[in-house]
Amino acid sequence: MLDIRFPIGLMFSIFGLIITIYGIATLGNDAMYARSLNINVNLVSGIVTLLFGLIMLFFSGPVKKLLKRK
Amino acid sequence: MDTKFALHGIDYLIMAVYFVFVLGIGWALKKYMKNATAFLEAGRSIPAWVAGLAFISTNLGALEVMGMTGSGLKYGMLTTHFYWIGAIPAMVFLALFMMRFYYGSKARSVPEYLKLRFDEKTRGLNAILFAVMTVLASGISMYALALLLENVLGWNFNVSLFASAAIVLGYTYLGGLSSAIYNEVLQFFIIVIGLLPMAFLVMKDVGGWGGMQASLAPIVESKGFAADAWTTTWKYTGTGSGNPLGVAWYGIFAGLGFVLSFGYWCTNFLIVQRAMAAESMTAARKVPLIGAIPKMFIPFLIIVPGIAALVLLNDPLKGFALPLNDAGQPIYDYTIIMLLKQYLPAGVLGLGVTALLASFMSGMAGNVSAFNTVWTYDIYQSYIRPATGNKEADDKHYLKVGKMATVVGVLVSIAAAYIASKFGNIMDFLQTIFSMINAPLFAVIFLGMFWKRSTGNAAFTGLLAGFLMALVHHGLTQPEGATTLVKGGWLGVVHTYPVEMAQNFWTAIIAFTVATLLTVFISLLSKRTKTDDELDGLVYSMTKKLDDSGVVWYNRPWFLALIVGIIMIVLSILFW
Repeated sequence: MLDIRFPIGLMFSIFGLIITIYGIATLGNDAMYARSLNINVNLVSGIVTLLFGLIMLFFSGPVKKLLKRK
Repeated sequence: MDTKFALHGIDYLIMAVYFVFVLGIGWALKKYMKNATAFLEAGRSIPAWVAGLAFISTNLGALEVMGMTGSGLKYGMLTTHFYWIGAIPAMVFLALFMMRFYYGSKARSVPEYLKLRFDEKTRGLNAILFAVMTVLASGISMYALALLLENVLGWNFNVSLFASAAIVLGYTYLGGLSSAIYNEVLQFFIIVIGLLPMAFLVMKDVGGWGGMQASLAPIVESKGFAADAWTTTWKYTGTGSGNPLGVAWYGIFAGLGFVLSFGYWCTNFLIVQRAMAAESMTAARKVPLIGAIPKMFIPFLIIVPGIAALVLLNDPLKGFALPLNDAGQPIYDYTIIMLLKQYLPAGVLGLGVTALLASFMSGMAGNVSAFNTVWTYDIYQSYIRPATGNKEADDKHYLKVGKMATVVGVLVSIAAAYIASKFGNIMDFLQTIFSMINAPLFAVIFLGMFWKRSTGNAAFTGLLAGFLMALVHHGLTQPEGATTLVKGGWLGVVHTYPVEMAQNFWTAIIAFTVATLLTVFISLLSKRTKTDDELDGLVYSMTKKLDDSGVVWYNRPWFLALIVGIIMIVLSILFW
């Protein structure tokens, strides 16, 4: 059956990418990040989310199979 | 206080991606839904870790998350009793002693176990109550979701209701129980990742755990409690009046730690169904233990930020407030909403809102997927089909019935949502009823599994009488300051409890005690109806011991249970 790690990994990688890019695009926007205690929280959690997504993808069945073939 | 979020395009983009994946998972599973077993029981093929995360995720609905953060504010660290003493011992017990009978008996549902162990009428009573309750629960969570979307995102109530119902129907109809379970795992991770930034920022803002303790001291002392009453769990439970929960340690042990939690975690089919879908006997026994480990850490994500919110509320410089209800009282359930609004900028805010949406939807999907199983096997196959004169039908037929039950379940939920929107109190009332049904059910299943002498007539009477006595107790008592009959006292007030929690605990304790005593008493008076052979695989003393010698040591349930126990003891000591 479907290996759930694949859709989880894919979804969180996409989330991570979107939020990281948004975090980079809003670098230096002090007014926006005043509420988050002057931390660019998008950049930080974007990277964490992306890492989580990639780890899940790495261990998922379809990717493992692909790596084996190569 | 304005509860509206200012969402940006990026937040909607994140939500849209989530919905694509939710429906996509259902779509990808569609080709496996060839028979009723695949659709209603996930083909008994789910890996232990997936079922384990789904096991706790089912319980982590949005109403639970919102309620727990609010309780963190109201009762402080004592709220963690719901996650530690009020869940872990029951989950360990289910794994080590009960799962083998649920899974090994080949019963397809908890009501069906009752039929195998006792008799038809005990199954019928439980199945009907369960079916009605789950559909109503699903309707209530649908109502709460639509209301939240209206208040927080400014969306239209009716559109929100039908759109969320359509998505839930979409993925449960396509992929059945597997789809519900897979989406619960997705939901678990998105809750953690979506709420983590908020939890981190609020703790940083109040100066970490130490800073929070220092700021809390004058606030809780002015309420008449000890300075650390909000940051300890057992320290002030010597008496009920010394802690904000209003319950002493023996009440917490007996009410929460035993009756309520064992009733919920060990007998609620909604929960147990996740473990019954596991791929093997060893996997099924591991499911609750795998779930228990993340379960113990969820309080740091949802309860501790609630405690910190009490500091924010008392610091005018922070500009933090809760919305008020018509009576001018703060709505504690909105604590987490206001925390998200306080700290998260566009981007991560979209992730946080998606986390809440996800937990609402998987709550509904969980209810719907438990309902269609009980409806198909325990009501349709047992009563409706035989009544039409056609006793047997092939598997394809039950697949069709299961799919239809899914559609009907969602439609009835929508109707229930509108009833809930007309009578605001119906939510409190139903939650009270749920706890009255679970406690006697645990008594009966427990006696059934561990005492071969217990009989069908006794179980049926115990189940019914326990429920009725709980109703009577609720009718004769009320919490202090109750203004509506929903809180109790509708038969005339004999006793007043200091807090509602204490009343709930005692309702459950009485229901459990009555059910136990009656079942034991009537069993001793009546003749056994099942022979020893018939009870093989259903009762502890009649079943051969399981042999785990073929399983690697770190995969054995006993080893996992030991780890879970150690973590819980360490956490309890750290936050004593």
